[in-house]
Amino acid sequence: MASQPQDWSATLKESAITAAIAAALMFPMIGLYTSTRAGGLAIETRWIELAIGVLLIFLGRIALIRLRDGERLVPFVGGVFAVGLGLQLPLPNGLLTVCCIAGGAVVVLRSVVLWVGGKLKATNDARNSPPLAARAQLFLKQYGPWLGAAVIAFAIAFPWLPFADRRLIDLATLVLIYVMLGWGLNIVVGLAGLLDLGYVAFYAIGAYSFALLSSNYDMSFWACLPVAAMLAAFLGILLGFPVLRLRGDYLAIVTLGFGEMIRIILINWVDFTKGPDGISGIPKPTLFGLSFSRRPPEGTESFHQFFDIPYASVDRIIFLFYVALGLALLTNAFILRIRKLPIGRAWEALREDEIACRSLGLNPTNIKLSAFALGAMFGGLAGAVFAARQSFISPESFTFIESAIILAVVVLGGMGSQIGVAIAAILLIGLPEWFRELQDYRMLAFGALMVAIMVWRPKGILSFREPTLRLHEEDRGAKQ
Amino acid sequence: MTKPLLSVEHLSMQFGGLTAVDDLSFDAADRRITAIIGPNGAGKTTVFNCLTGFYPPTVGRLIVSFGESQYQLEQMEGFRIAREARIARTFQNIRLFPQMSVLENLVVAQHTKLMNASMFSIAGLLGLPRYRTVESEAIEKAEHWLERIGLLARSDWDAGNLPYGDQRRLEIARAMCTNPAMLCLDEPAAGLNPRESAELNELLISIRNDDGIGVLLIEHDMSVVMEISDKIIVLDYGRKIADGEPDAVRSDPAVIRAYLGEDGDAQESSNV
Amino acid sequence: MEYFLQQLINGVTLGAIYGLIAIGYTMVYGIIGMINFAHGEIFMIGAFISLISFLILGPSGGAMVPIALLVVLLIAMSLTAVYGWALERIAYRPLRGSPRLAALISAIGMSIILQNYVQLSQGARVKTLQPVIEGGFQLMKAGNFTVVLSYMQIIIVVVTVSLMAVFWTVITKTALGRAQRACEQDRTMAALLGIDVDRTISITFILGAALAAVAGMMVTLYYGVIDFYVGFLAGIKAFTADVLGGIGSIPGAMLGGLLIGLIEAFWSGYFSIEYKDVAAFSILVLVLVFRPSGLLGRPEVEKV
Repeated sequence: MASQPQDWSATLKESAITAAIAAALMFPMIGLYTSTRAGGLAIETRWIELAIGVLLIFLGRIALIRLRDGERLVPFVGGVFAVGLGLQLPLPNGLLTVCCIAGGAVVVLRSVVLWVGGKLKATNDARNSPPLAARAQLFLKQYGPWLGAAVIAFAIAFPWLPFADRRLIDLATLVLIYVMLGWGLNIVVGLAGLLDLGYVAFYAIGAYSFALLSSNYDMSFWACLPVAAMLAAFLGILLGFPVLRLRGDYLAIVTLGFGEMIRIILINWVDFTKGPDGISGIPKPTLFGLSFSRRPPEGTESFHQFFDIPYASVDRIIFLFYVALGLALLTNAFILRIRKLPIGRAWEALREDEIACRSLGLNPTNIKLSAFALGAMFGGLAGAVFAARQSFISPESFTFIESAIILAVVVLGGMGSQIGVAIAAILLIGLPEWFRELQDYRMLAFGALMVAIMVWRPKGILSFREPTLRLHEEDRGAKQ
Repeated sequence: MTKPLLSVEHLSMQFGGLTAVDDLSFDAADRRITAIIGPNGAGKTTVFNCLTGFYPPTVGRLIVSFGESQYQLEQMEGFRIAREARIARTFQNIRLFPQMSVLENLVVAQHTKLMNASMFSIAGLLGLPRYRTVESEAIEKAEHWLERIGLLARSDWDAGNLPYGDQRRLEIARAMCTNPAMLCLDEPAAGLNPRESAELNELLISIRNDDGIGVLLIEHDMSVVMEISDKIIVLDYGRKIADGEPDAVRSDPAVIRAYLGEDGDAQESSNV
Repeated sequence: MEYFLQQLINGVTLGAIYGLIAIGYTMVYGIIGMINFAHGEIFMIGAFISLISFLILGPSGGAMVPIALLVVLLIAMSLTAVYGWALERIAYRPLRGSPRLAALISAIGMSIILQNYVQLSQGARVKTLQPVIEGGFQLMKAGNFTVVLSYMQIIIVVVTVSLMAVFWTVITKTALGRAQRACEQDRTMAALLGIDVDRTISITFILGAALAAVAGMMVTLYYGVIDFYVGFLAGIKAFTADVLGGIGSIPGAMLGGLLIGLIEAFWSGYFSIEYKDVAAFSILVLVLVFRPSGLLGRPEVEKV
């Protein structure tokens, strides 16, 4: 870091090369546009957009090079300027505006991090203390239980906090669903080390079980919940059998194919699943038989009538939030507990070395199947909650991208860490959904976030493993 | 006459056209250390892999007998051999669970017992006393072994962070935690310094005498083999060329030939 | 019989396209051991660049068509190659030596980025290109059914086969191919022996992207319809083809591509078009149950 800054001509040369490559990349896509006209397709040119784009890349590259050489002030000012420019100036293309602001923000952030990091380093060197990340982990280890309790308390109080409006509570429910999915998939990927790219299949099975059972047999949410979980777990075992011998990427593609197969069947088996139109009018869960509708059907009572309070439509959303929270906490408790049981340790042992497992008398078949089944079960539970939240489901909600998102939540969170998965779910699901104004750019931001976090922390946000058994208090030996 | 703990009868193993083990027969007794030695590529590890179910042998019978029970290993899956015929093994290139703690490595080895006690995890999830008792027994057993291999202080380290020699001993302790009738060690002294090697000898002798089980050993290090073995089997090109007590094997002309070459001339001609 | 022949022709054409994409996957897998999930998107970008180049070169009918085709092919290959290079540089190189899953997530992220980038810059609507090459040979006639081998199909198969031949020569006979195989075996050792590993990996991505661009151009010409989403399914299919053939093996990729193409064509022809993907995946599972390393993949020997 303390290296001499490059002289400006070298910086400019390097940036010019980057800009030239960027020009080649953007020329066909940004510079030219295929517009649909009456007589077919026609080409329009967008040279100004192209020029601005290349210029932005050029400047951004200069800023990054300067940052790399330890300079902070110039990039910081430049970044702030870029953000301001993006916000004020009506650039000819929304994409450019977004990139300008985001790029500027990244540069500002990095210069701040560099500055703060430099400060910390200066004070640390004297005391020879561990790096920031290690200290954060130590902090979490020490105060983990308290932190967990604080998070749970916050979650319980959440719907009553002043800023929590209808939309935010609904979003929090969605985040909780993904937290549950992440924890479920974590059993398969993080603990047992089996790469599953078709997890969405179980999510779909859970959602469709509830939707179909309630619309065909009038079953309630609470009656359907165990059925959905069981069906998903059964399907998990069914998938498990043919793939037992497969390893790594072979397993990945087969599970991916399995997820796609389920979706295709949902689309095409119209008699049973109503096909691409989906199923609507899925009922909301009830509180011991009390529904949350304004005018409950004959013979039933609703929540506001029973407690004799005025009807508020938000009650229903708050209740669903608590249902999701309760199930998520249950999932968490279950997984924390099972990790410390023989089966949990066997999953991890299997991830570490299957051959050694066999030599110790562990049956890999049963261990793998149990991981698939339990992982799938939580996927099914989350699916049922999802169906209740949406009131409407169709095969479109269960595409491969959904599997990828759940996997990203697990890997970004740092595999094996419960709290990491929760943080990743908030970052990946909560943030992009919250910035609704960016609707069109939501997925772009999502993808960029995935790449950025992985490049920044390849092992995930929080990645440390606490042994399930201990003889001594604190001592884990030197890392590496 | 009682049956030997392990008896290998006419074992042959072929990979494609290559015969790695050719019509091999030997016995290994309870409470004895039996060593298999031979030059590189003589088929030693292949014998182990057949014994522990990694390869089904092409021909031959592998019989384990203890108490009233008798098992035919060639018909069993690998994990059943470990679980029922109670054969535990270590590996030439150590196979610990590197990201799990030392203690966890030893507890995983007692999986079958713990799993039964946890009744498909249900008793475990509920925290029933029955499971808790078995779990604390398992931890005690692990502690016992940690003490014997001198790793008690490092019980919570990640196994992968241990020094090499400690990893070797931990792997032996892990195998012993499965409560085996026979322990198979694949080059346990490889890469150890002389002091560690001497400690290993002590450990193996104590396993033979105190735990009273049979030990089958593949080894290159002659000082280990000659010092502790009760019986030595010499392989060359998959065939057995000698079988007997250390002193007898040491002076066997066939063994000398296999290790040093026929004589000066023959060695030269075979090199051409 | 006639119907069978027609499906066979269609299947081989489709298989040739899958094969071209599959080679890119399998090469990258061979050299850095990761699934380049964004490869399908590279194919999609190749298709878009060819479409745009066609529109620029415009209606240069008659004798000009072959030259125009060649120019489009070169433009598409080179510009798409830049994308392949940039992809590796931005999203994969910083992750070399990291856990495999990290690289996979980064690849999936890149795939999402590229999809949305094209959607935002070129619009979400389906682009339709007027057929550039029409007509074909009528091979057989039985009643109302005519077996047609279109000129386009011939072009696709001929281009594919010749490119594969060139490619095969590069991999097996040149210093570059040797460097690639060395990096596959042991990257550290290759670097110690003076092979520029980063450069070799970059070239692998460039070659893979160029081949994907060819596939993209063929699809644009053959179907005449593309949108920003075509890369996903094509990518998945090509990857399935790789696994079917044995991932890491280039002949395996070609064979796998051909098989997937044939399975799809025949399944849609004789059974139901809706379930053609289900059929392809089911056959994949069946093959893997009996041969866990694919058809031509080297079986993984358990070293104990």
